[in-house]
Amino acid sequence: MTASNDSSDVVLDVTGLTKRFGGLIAVDSVDFQVRRRQIVSLIGPNGAGKTTFFNMVAGQYEPSAGRVIFNGKALHGLRPHQITARGIGRTFQNIRLFTNETLLENVLVGMHSRLKSGPFASLLRLPSQRREENEAREKGMALLHLVRLDRYANEAAGNLPYGMQRRLEMARALASEPQLLLLDEPTAGMNPQETVNMIALIRRVRDAFGVAVLLIEHDMQVVMGLSERVTVLNYGQKIAEGTPLDVQRNDNVIEAYLGRRHKRPEDEAADGGTH
Amino acid sequence: MQTAPRMTPGRRAYVEVPADPQQTRNRILQAIAVAFIVAYPFLDLLFGWQALLAFIPMMLMITLALGLNIVVGYAGLLDLGYAAFYAIGAYAAAFFTSPNSPLARVLPGSPFAWMQDFWVAMIMAVLVSGFAGALLGAPTLRLRGDYLALVTLGFGEIVPRLIKNLEPWTKGVKGMNPIGRPYLFGCQFGVDPCEILGMKLKLGMIPYYYLTLVIGAISIFAIIRLRNSRLGRAWAAIRDDEIAAQGMGINPVTTKLWAFSLGASFSGATGAIFGAYLQTISPDQFEYSTSVIVLCMVILGGTGNIWGVMLGGLLIQSFDRIFAERLTGWIHKAGALTGDPTITAAFNSFDLLKSRLLVFGLCLVLIMNLRPQGILPNRKRRETALTDLPEEDLVPEESVLIAGADVPTEKPR
Repeated sequence: MTASNDSSDVVLDVTGLTKRFGGLIAVDSVDFQVRRRQIVSLIGPNGAGKTTFFNMVAGQYEPSAGRVIFNGKALHGLRPHQITARGIGRTFQNIRLFTNETLLENVLVGMHSRLKSGPFASLLRLPSQRREENEAREKGMALLHLVRLDRYANEAAGNLPYGMQRRLEMARALASEPQLLLLDEPTAGMNPQETVNMIALIRRVRDAFGVAVLLIEHDMQVVMGLSERVTVLNYGQKIAEGTPLDVQRNDNVIEAYLGRRHKRPEDEAADGGTH
Repeated sequence: MQTAPRMTPGRRAYVEVPADPQQTRNRILQAIAVAFIVAYPFLDLLFGWQALLAFIPMMLMITLALGLNIVVGYAGLLDLGYAAFYAIGAYAAAFFTSPNSPLARVLPGSPFAWMQDFWVAMIMAVLVSGFAGALLGAPTLRLRGDYLALVTLGFGEIVPRLIKNLEPWTKGVKGMNPIGRPYLFGCQFGVDPCEILGMKLKLGMIPYYYLTLVIGAISIFAIIRLRNSRLGRAWAAIRDDEIAAQGMGINPVTTKLWAFSLGASFSGATGAIFGAYLQTISPDQFEYSTSVIVLCMVILGGTGNIWGVMLGGLLIQSFDRIFAERLTGWIHKAGALTGDPTITAAFNSFDLLKSRLLVFGLCLVLIMNLRPQGILPNRKRRETALTDLPEEDLVPEESVLIAGADVPTEKPR
């Protein structure tokens, strides 16, 4: 990981991003950058605006103010499907697989924006369409193998247990050939062993595909073990940013997570003794 | 213990898609069904079943259900006004071919006289219905679920009403007749005797049977191809989870428009054949009840599964057109056999044809309670849980990474 300050190295550049829901400011002018091949975590207490931030980057919500630049181009006004086509793939906090479809079909849906065949080419099964389908299937199986689900390729996705569904969602997001992968709590609800495997998978996906990864995470083991940079949101505002170690020591962060100590004068005196 | 296929340099064994075992079993069933259906007109003659005339509208209705299944089953858009497209198809064909249509005053002798040909009219009907489907689709795109269903219901009501009231063009409630008949090898369908290569044949309605069959087969073929294409997967994705589908790069607007348009276009051909077969069409054939029956066929059999839809259609239609009548006859005969006048009278008062909607309704209530996913559901849920690979196999090893890197990740321009 070479951290250069060259601006072409920045894949996602967010400035002053704000989202208001009526009187509530869910995200309050957040500046944020992700560099190529970087793994960045977005953390913060519940309701800090992390998912809202994600949804604005992915185009699900229209920002109230601010701009999102991806690969040097503004994403303003683009619909979610256009943003996926530009190269941002995502997973969802509460897994959103196509439960009636097979695993392979789920991954193929992920490739939608990279495939071209229209309905008439499919009706006539033109050679170009057949070639494209075969290649897509091969690629889909390779992705399923990567997340170790290839042997269930023809199983309905809804039949998978929870941890495996998370892995499938990852493969599906990768199928859109993203340059930036948004992972919304990738280890939520996982047992410790599954979590360790997921950390390994995310890191290796980054290494193999060269994607930048932006993740929302509550599990501090994941955040500290995986991310190169951490950004902390609280009440919609960015309160800290830096390496995992910096953030862990940051007073604002400790306060946001644990609350402020209301000190009485006598405590202050006692503190002096213990420290 | 199952092991995942290992990546070895130069070999790409892992890309093989495992075969679906259910497919083989289905193939055999399909072959038997196809053989029976193709030979049916001769079996009918041979055994004197006299159900050919019931089979033709039956197959037309099943083809309609297949078209509706694209909208309801594949894309998950509840359409309560599908009969409107059927009407548009039938009237479009009638417009071009009927001597009573306003076009009949203009077309003969003009350079467009070829448009009066049934086959041309049928293709026009497909295009017009498909266009109407896109037209209805446009205002419904922002709507979901119940709201969408209401708009389609409204459309289904408007179309017969328009037909009734646009008398100068549609002949209002009287309907249009006659309608141009299809012909092949110089032989008009449904007109006897029929001369092919100097032979005089009495074919009756058999040509219509095969025409319907061919159109039905083309529909099945086309629908299977669409289902397994990029568009078909997009439909399923939109149906299962629209937000996630958008996140995967699917444009919900065009995807839904294609569903409405392609779904409607299947009813175009069906409507054209239906008109030519009956030789008369009137607005009351395309009322709300037709939409509902077709929708029931889709849901009863198993929404989203074309074999289920066909089975549902077959059950409903064969009861409606064949068995209700025959069963009633048998019950009356059974009553007469007892010789007792009161029992005979009681049995004779039993008329399934009159109470067919009651029977039909009861069946729907029963099936929806016992098997809410339809007789042949789209995809079966598993009874046993799937197990993950053993721990040591879960950690992605280096070779997988090379396989992963194999997947092209070119930057989009």
